[in-house]
Amino acid sequence: MSILIDNISKHFGSFQALSPLSLDINEGEMIGLLGPSGSGKTTLLRIIAGLEGADSGRIQFGDRDVTNLHVRDRRVGFVFQNYALFRHMTVADNVAFGLEVLPKSKRPNAAAIRKRVMHLLDMVQLGHLAQRFPSQLSGGQKQRIALARALATQPEVLLLDEPFGALDAKVRKELRRWLRGLHDELGFTSVFVTHDQEEALELSDRVVVMSNGHIEQIDQPGDLYASPNSRFVFDFLGNANVFDAQFSQGKWQNNVASLQLPDEAPKTAGQIYLRSHEFHVSSVATEQAFLPLKVVAINLIGAEVRLELTPIDWHSDHIWEVDLPHKAFDKHCFEKGQTVFVTPKAGYFFANGQATPQPVYW
Amino acid sequence: MSNRPGQSHQLRVGDRPLIKYSLIGITLLLTILLLVVPLISIFQQALVEGVGHYFASLLEGDTLHAIGLTLFVALLTVPINLVFGVMLAWSVTRFEFPGRKLLMTLMDIPFAVSPVVAGLLYLLLYGNNGWIGSWLYDQDIQLMFAWPGIVMVTVFVTCPFVARELIPLMQQQGREDEEAAVILGASGWQLFRRVTLPNIKWALIYGVILTNARAVGEFGAVSVVSGNIRGETNTLPLHVQLQYEDYQAAAAFASASLLALIALITLLFKAYIEWHQEKLMRNESDQEKQVAK
Amino acid sequence: MATHLSVAQARPKHKRVLPGLGLSLGTSLLFISLIMLLPMTGLIMQSVDMGWDEYWYVITNERVVASYKVTLWAAFFASIFNGLFGLLLAWVLVRYEFPGRRVLDALVDLPFALPTAVAGITLATLYSQNGWYGDLLASLGIKVAYTPVGIILAMAFTSIPFVVRTVQPVLEELSPEEEEAGMTLGASDWAVFRRVIFPALWPALMTGIALSFTRSLGEFGAVIFIAGNMPYVSEITSLMIFVSLQEFDFPAASAIASVVLMASLVLLFAINVWQARYLRRLHGR
Repeated sequence: MSILIDNISKHFGSFQALSPLSLDINEGEMIGLLGPSGSGKTTLLRIIAGLEGADSGRIQFGDRDVTNLHVRDRRVGFVFQNYALFRHMTVADNVAFGLEVLPKSKRPNAAAIRKRVMHLLDMVQLGHLAQRFPSQLSGGQKQRIALARALATQPEVLLLDEPFGALDAKVRKELRRWLRGLHDELGFTSVFVTHDQEEALELSDRVVVMSNGHIEQIDQPGDLYASPNSRFVFDFLGNANVFDAQFSQGKWQNNVASLQLPDEAPKTAGQIYLRSHEFHVSSVATEQAFLPLKVVAINLIGAEVRLELTPIDWHSDHIWEVDLPHKAFDKHCFEKGQTVFVTPKAGYFFANGQATPQPVYW
Repeated sequence: MSNRPGQSHQLRVGDRPLIKYSLIGITLLLTILLLVVPLISIFQQALVEGVGHYFASLLEGDTLHAIGLTLFVALLTVPINLVFGVMLAWSVTRFEFPGRKLLMTLMDIPFAVSPVVAGLLYLLLYGNNGWIGSWLYDQDIQLMFAWPGIVMVTVFVTCPFVARELIPLMQQQGREDEEAAVILGASGWQLFRRVTLPNIKWALIYGVILTNARAVGEFGAVSVVSGNIRGETNTLPLHVQLQYEDYQAAAAFASASLLALIALITLLFKAYIEWHQEKLMRNESDQEKQVAK
Repeated sequence: MATHLSVAQARPKHKRVLPGLGLSLGTSLLFISLIMLLPMTGLIMQSVDMGWDEYWYVITNERVVASYKVTLWAAFFASIFNGLFGLLLAWVLVRYEFPGRRVLDALVDLPFALPTAVAGITLATLYSQNGWYGDLLASLGIKVAYTPVGIILAMAFTSIPFVVRTVQPVLEELSPEEEEAGMTLGASDWAVFRRVIFPALWPALMTGIALSFTRSLGEFGAVIFIAGNMPYVSEITSLMIFVSLQEFDFPAASAIASVVLMASLVLLFAINVWQARYLRRLHGR
C-alpha cells in the first residue's frame, strides 16, 4: 500500500518537531528515515502510525485518507524501539493479541488463531519459545516476537522505530538481512527509523535524511552517497574533512596550506568537503596540494588503516581522518609525530552562502 | 466536536473527557464524603460548645498530663526507631546475605499484628506473671501499667516506618555513589554523613514524622499495657476515649483535635517534600536541556 | 591446595566494599529479636500451659467464633471496597492533571496519620442517629452505627492508603508503549485496559487488598467506638481479647490472640512469597 504524506507539521510546546514536509512512499517500498536524535524522524513515524496527531497536513494510505483515523483503525504494524512486549503474557499470547481483539464478526476461532500464531512463530524461527515470557528472551528474540506480533493481523504497512538499536553488532546484521528477506517475501510497505547510516544505506530502497524537522534529501542509497545535496547530508554520511578556503592568487588557501583549483571550479571562497578515503598520502607535497599535517594517531580498522592528522600552520575545526589500504600504508611506514602531505582526488565544493555543492575532481 | 486534525490520536486510555471527568468527579465526591467531612467534623465537634470551653478542656489537669506523657513517649520512641530503621535499611539494601528477604518480612510484623495482640505479647512477657516480669517483680521493677511499658509497645508498633520509607529509595539509588566514596578513601562515618545522608534526607525526615504521628496516636497496644490510670498512665488517645465514654463529647473532640492537628501537619509536610523534590527534578532536567542546547 | 584455601578465605573480606555490615545487621537482628521475637515467647508459654482441651474450648467458644465471623466478613468487605476505591484513586492521581490533585494525594494518607481512636469517635459521632450522616441515613431507613456495617466502615477508613500506595507506583511505571502497542494492534480502550493495563496492576492490587485485609483483621481503636460491641452481632476478635484481659483471664486472652497472631503471620508470609514469585516471572530473575 502506498503512503502519501502531505504537508505534515508538528510542534511540542514551543519546539517545532516537524516543519511542513511531504513524502511519497510507493507500494512495497522500504524506506529508511535517517537522522540524528531530535531530527523529527520518530515523530514522523508516530504520525504515520496515528500514535501522534499532526498539527496540519494530510496522510493517505493508498486511496484512503487516514488523517483523522484513530491508530486502532489504521491497521498498521508497529514495532517499538524497546519492543513493548506485554510482560505478563506468554510469547504466543503476545502474538495472538491482535487477532483476539478483533470484533467478533471478524475474529477467527480459537483453533484458527492458534494455528496462525504457530505459523508466525515458525516464520520468525521461534516456534519453540511459544510458552515463554518476554523476560526470558534475548534482545534478538524479543525483536522477532515483536515483529511477529505486528504482522499477525496482516497489515499492509509496517513501521519500525529504531528496530535494531538495542542489539549488539552481530545480531543486528543478521536481523537486518532477515527483515529485508521478509519484506521482499511478504510485499508490505515498510518505513523504519534509524540513526545508523550503514543500516539505512544497506536496508532501504530509498533513504530519507532528516534534520531539525526538515527532510534534507530523499534518494536511493547509492545516489545519496555519490551526490549529497547539502553540508548536513555530507557530514552525516561518512567522515568529511573540511578545508575552509579563501580564494587568492588563483588558489584555495588557508594560511600556509593551499590547493590548486581544478578546471571549472568556481573562483570564490568556500569549503571543500573531502571524504577520508579519497586522498593520496606522501611525505612530500605535490604540485596540486600543499596540505602539511602531523600524524597524531594510527588506528587499524579492518581492511584499512586510519590516520588521524592535525594541521600544521593552518586551521581546521576538526581532526582530519584519512583512510589508507594496508598496502599503501606499509609502503610508506608512517609513524606517529611525522609530518605528512595529503593530496585529494575528489571532493565537494560549497561556495560561501551556497547550500548545494559542486563536485570537484583533480 | 472539534475537527482539528490529529487531536483524537493523542489520547491515552481513559483520557476521553467524558470518562476522565466522571472518574475525577466520583473520586472527589467519595474522598470528600469519606475523608474530608470526618476531618472537618472533628474540629466542628471540638468547638461545638464554644472556643472558651475548648481551651478550658484542653487546659484541664488530666488533659495536660496526658499531653505531656504522650510527648514524652514519642520523644523516647522516635530516636530508637530512627536508629533501627537506618541500620536495617543499610543492611538490607547495601549487602546480600542469606535470610535477607526473611528479615524484610519480619520487619513488617508490626503492620500485620493487631495492636491489642501486640500489647498482650508485652503484658505476658513483662507482666508480673511473665518469665521476665516475675524476675523484674522480685527486683522491684514495674514495667507494665507504667510509662516504660507504654514506650515499649509504642516502639514495637511504630518500628517499621522509618525503614519502610528508606528501603525503596536506597534500593533505587544503588550502591555506586557509596562505592565511589570508598574508593576515594572515605571512612564509614564520613561515607554515611556526606554521601548517604544527603540522598536519603527527605525520606528519613518523613519516616521520622510518620513514626512520630503513629507514636503519638497509638491506641490499642497502649490501652492494654497502660492500666488507664487517670493522670498517671493515660496517653492522649486513651484520654480521648475516657472523656468520650464519660459523655464529655466536646472535651473528647478537643483532645482529638490536637491529635488531628499532628496528623494534618504530617500530611502537609509530606506534600511539601513531594513538591520540593518534583521541583528539584524539574530544575535538573531543565538544566540538562540547557546544556544540550 | 594451600593457595586454594587462602583465596577462599580472602574472598568474603574482598567482596564487601561498603562498611558497616556487622554493625547494621547486628543491630537490626538484636532489635528484631528483642522487640518482636522475644515477646512471642510469653504467648507461646502461656498457651502451652493451658493444655489442648482448654485451649480448644476457649478458641471455639460460640461467642468467640461469632467474633471471628464478624471480623472476617467485615474485613473482607472493607478490603473489597478499598480495592475498588483504591484502584480508582490511584488511577485518577496518576493519569489526570486537575486542580487539587496534590491535596487529594496528601489526603490519601490521612487514615495512616490520624490516630485510630480519633477516627473511631469521629465516625461513631458522624454516623450515630444525631450525626450528620446518621441523620440522613436514618431517614432512608439505614442504620450504620452500632451494626456490622459500622465495623466495615471503620475498617475501610483505616486501610484506604494500602491499595492506593501499592498500585500507584506500578501504574506510574507502566510504559506508554505497551498501551500504544495494544492500540496499533486494533484494541479498543476497554480492551487495552482489561488485557494490558489491568493484568499489569493485578499483583499490586492483590497485594494492596491483602494488606488492607490483614490490617482490618487487627483494627481495634477505630472499630470499638462505632461497633456497639453486642455479643454475637458486632463484637470483633480484638475486642474479645481485650475483654478477656479486663476480666484478668490471661489464658483465654492468649489463646484467642494466638489464633489472631497465627492468621496475620500466615497472611503476611503468604503475601511476601506471592509477591516475590510474581516479580520473578515479570523480571526473569
